[in-house]
Amino acid sequence: MKKKRWLFSLIFISIVMLLSGCDSSLLVLNPKGPVAKTQSNTIIFSILMMALVLIVVYILYIYMLTKYRASKTSDDYEPPHMEGSKWLELIWTLIPIIIVAILSVVTVRTTNAVEKVPEGYESQKPLVIYAASSDWKWHFSYPEEGIETVNYVNIPTNRPVEFRLYSYGPITSFWIPQLGGQKYAMSDMITKLHFVADHEGSFMGKNSNFSGKGFAEMEFEALAQSPADFTKWVDDVKQTAPKLSEQEFKTLLDTPHIGRKSYSSTHLGFAPPPEGDMAGHHHGGSGSDSDKTSGEKPMDQMQDDMGNMDMSDHSSMEHGH
Amino acid sequence: MKWDEFFVTGEPMIYAADVSIILVSLAIVIGLTYFKKWGYLWREWLTTVDHKRIGIMYIISALIMLFRGGVDALLMRTQLAVPDNKILDAQHYNEIFTTHGLIMILFMAMPFVIGMMNVVIPLQIGARDVAFPRLNAVSFWMFFFGAMLLNLSFVIGGSPDAGWSAYFPLASLEFSPTVGNNYYSLALQISGIGTLMTGVNFIVTILKMRAPGMKLMRMPMFTWSVLITNVIILFAFPVLTVALALMMFDRIFGSQFFTMANGGMDMLWANLFWVWGHPEVYIVILPAFGIFSDVISTFSKKNLYGYKSMVVSMVAISVLSFLVWAHHFYTMGQGAMVNGFFSITTMAIAVPTGVKIFNWLFTLQKGKISFTSPMLYAMGFIPIFTIGGVTGVMLAMASADYQYHNTMFLVAHFHYVLIPGTVFGVLAGMHYWFPKMFGFRLNERLAKWAFWLIIIGFNVAFMPLFFLGLNGMTRRMYTYSASTGFGPLNMIATIGAFVLAIGFVVLCYNFFHSFRHSPRNEGGDPWDARTLEWSTPSPVPVYNFAKLPNVKSQDAFWHAKKHNVPLYEEGPYEEIHMPSNSGQPFILGVIMFILGFSLVFSWFIPAIIAGVGVIIMLAVRSFERDHGYHISAKEIAATEQKLRGDTV
Ligand code: HEM
Ligand SMILES: [Cu+2]
Ligand SMILES: [Cu+2]
Repeated sequence: MKKKRWLFSLIFISIVMLLSGCDSSLLVLNPKGPVAKTQSNTIIFSILMMALVLIVVYILYIYMLTKYRASKTSDDYEPPHMEGSKWLELIWTLIPIIIVAILSVVTVRTTNAVEKVPEGYESQKPLVIYAASSDWKWHFSYPEEGIETVNYVNIPTNRPVEFRLYSYGPITSFWIPQLGGQKYAMSDMITKLHFVADHEGSFMGKNSNFSGKGFAEMEFEALAQSPADFTKWVDDVKQTAPKLSEQEFKTLLDTPHIGRKSYSSTHLGFAPPPEGDMAGHHHGGSGSDSDKTSGEKPMDQMQDDMGNMDMSDHSSMEHGH
Repeated sequence: MKWDEFFVTGEPMIYAADVSIILVSLAIVIGLTYFKKWGYLWREWLTTVDHKRIGIMYIISALIMLFRGGVDALLMRTQLAVPDNKILDAQHYNEIFTTHGLIMILFMAMPFVIGMMNVVIPLQIGARDVAFPRLNAVSFWMFFFGAMLLNLSFVIGGSPDAGWSAYFPLASLEFSPTVGNNYYSLALQISGIGTLMTGVNFIVTILKMRAPGMKLMRMPMFTWSVLITNVIILFAFPVLTVALALMMFDRIFGSQFFTMANGGMDMLWANLFWVWGHPEVYIVILPAFGIFSDVISTFSKKNLYGYKSMVVSMVAISVLSFLVWAHHFYTMGQGAMVNGFFSITTMAIAVPTGVKIFNWLFTLQKGKISFTSPMLYAMGFIPIFTIGGVTGVMLAMASADYQYHNTMFLVAHFHYVLIPGTVFGVLAGMHYWFPKMFGFRLNERLAKWAFWLIIIGFNVAFMPLFFLGLNGMTRRMYTYSASTGFGPLNMIATIGAFVLAIGFVVLCYNFFHSFRHSPRNEGGDPWDARTLEWSTPSPVPVYNFAKLPNVKSQDAFWHAKKHNVPLYEEGPYEEIHMPSNSGQPFILGVIMFILGFSLVFSWFIPAIIAGVGVIIMLAVRSFERDHGYHISAKEIAATEQKLRGDTV
């Protein structure tokens, strides 16, 4: 049994070593904003708690296996009949319950925290960016700035950013590990992510939900710039980039892979996101007549543009977000 | 439909597969003809209703599927070994990880577990058969032909490629226009219905057919785990049936349940899938827990520690398993409240699981532990599975899962649970009960070699994935660039996977080696074990027990051995009633296969004919008058004399 002990201590030591080196190497544990920071802290805390559990189990395990091997007992040794022990069993029920309770409190608090504008940034008006996926690229629309990019997104540092996610095809998941965890982008509803970058830098972003053939290439760059640089970049795009026509947008949707693109207008006007009355998911009651009353919605046009999407029909599924 | 749409063309690997399929089939046909074994095969195996033989057929099929899934895994690992590798293209990789997942879970783990329970349960509860022997055969052939249907997709029409979870709208006709996902819905449907029938069969068997004196709280732990598992099957599988039916309507008949247009609800599929899918992982792991319990107590020569809390914890796990499904899509935007609820229910499962781990550890205490091959798998299970368990708790924390979801961290976690749990479990069981099935033991030295290769290979293959996940590598990526830095750890993982594969090869070589060299006539109880199945001769006669045992305690056989009390009453044998063999389950399976295959290609006329065939088969069965046959007391006496005379 020497081999086994050796193996497990090796595994254990390598975990500890790799973890201690994490801060600098692993993206998720190298956060560049408060949301990812919260998540990284949660992860490290849970690793420490779980290491405690592992150590207890491993010590008991090694003790039992070394002490009670048949080769160490005499031939006529008869193991006793042991029913179990109320007290011991109670202990290893209660201690895990306590551990789970602690982790539950941490989970509920941190989950609430990462779903909101990060603490300390509540007073600022968030920068809204619509991030839509299509096979296999990302479209970023800045409604206030009136610009749109494809396959890259620039954001100012130290300002909350609200990503509004949706999809023109299969479900995708929008993820920038160093800014924070991911969320799904779906065709029939908007999901929101609140990020803040507190460091300048270029961060890897990607789709992490399998969406077909070109999935592996569905990466983008998220560039965090100082507010001044960001404003300059916006002005630049406004002045130099072409306008995004409906025709051009359609071509974009139909092309599987393209590089970066910049435009000085957005697609939100002629192809509105599945938001508000446009959403396929109605939260509470069906309201098919609300479509008729909200006259300005270019429903027919939208159906044309998106070809296969028809959002006039409301489903009643509840997400409860 | 053109030929090249029907047969998958243009892929050297698939041509190789075509050739090998044809060669193997030819070899089997020629071999059977040459050795005049067609009749034997039909009489003794294809038409059998004997639970032990059905169990063995399940296990053989599962082992073959383990190799198919394993080859898929090696292909994927080879492709991922270095950045920008070109061995597989995206389409091919997508098909392979999809079929790997499907085959491993549904056509390897499940049938292996079901095979184990078929072989063991009636013996362990002192019964002569399962409650519905013919239904049992139907279940097997439904599983078998479902599995064949899925495997056929590889060469005819193209494999499913939307992941084993087949999320919509990706799996809809619009984004997956090939017939691949038709295969998915039909192959799973056919075998799933078979599984549902197994569920009913074993619940009734365990509740109604226990030997006199075997109270519920005297049942061996494997029987308990199987009872609870089948209750889970009974609740979970109807959900799968409905989900797959809706999927089939969407894909074949143009309905719009899950599509993007016309109010289709993509996330409804995800909900239905995981309402079944999460309990499914407990369906494959609880029986393994049962096997480990029996193995650990046998080889530490002790009764199981905390029997009652073991049962209670399994019941708790089974209830909780239905309350956690949404942890598979915390990132759907369902809000902090809902995510918090599912986080807590998920983490709660760690409590009963922990209770079991500690009870196993304390079963060893003051024991007399011998490291036989089944015990090695059980002992390998504890430390590795604990890593799988604690990383599961980490994944359960919603805020953190936003970072792990869909990454290699998850892939590492579920392999850390499924391989030591399910795979080691069935391997422990296979080594343990092998003498019951075949009358001889597997070679211990080879078994130990295989074990150590598997243990080392496994950890080298999967430990790196935790770190790759934390470094931003997503799952289901067919390639990555060198700049990501994923290269070195992936190379290590691939090397590990090959070591693991060598371990499995040694394990299989052991069958041939032991078949030729293992000593026979070791008696019915080679391990000095504790439960009823070991009181029968090996291999077990068709009727299992010449006389039904009288159970007076837990570990009844051990009790009888230690206290020298008789397990069976004295007196003459009485004749035994047995069900007769039938070709109908096999034929029904073939018709189901034709039905499924026709529907995959939307050939409605053959489908209707096959559908009528199914109805005819059911009608034939209900008008049939077959009361089975009797084995006379004299014949039993002769058999027992032969089996026990020179062995016991
Ligand atoms: C024998 C060694 C095994 C190796 C080397 C292996 C390797 C892999 C790899 C490389 C992937 C795909 C990762 C990705 O690209 O996302 C994968 C996915 C998967 N594996 Fe395994 N695997 C093994 C055994 C098993 C077993 C025994 C099971 C189940 C009992 C299993 C269940 C799965 C599932 C469910 C998936 C996910 C499929 C999907 O994403 O749709 N694997 N495995
Ligand atoms: Cu939704
Ligand atoms: Cu789950």
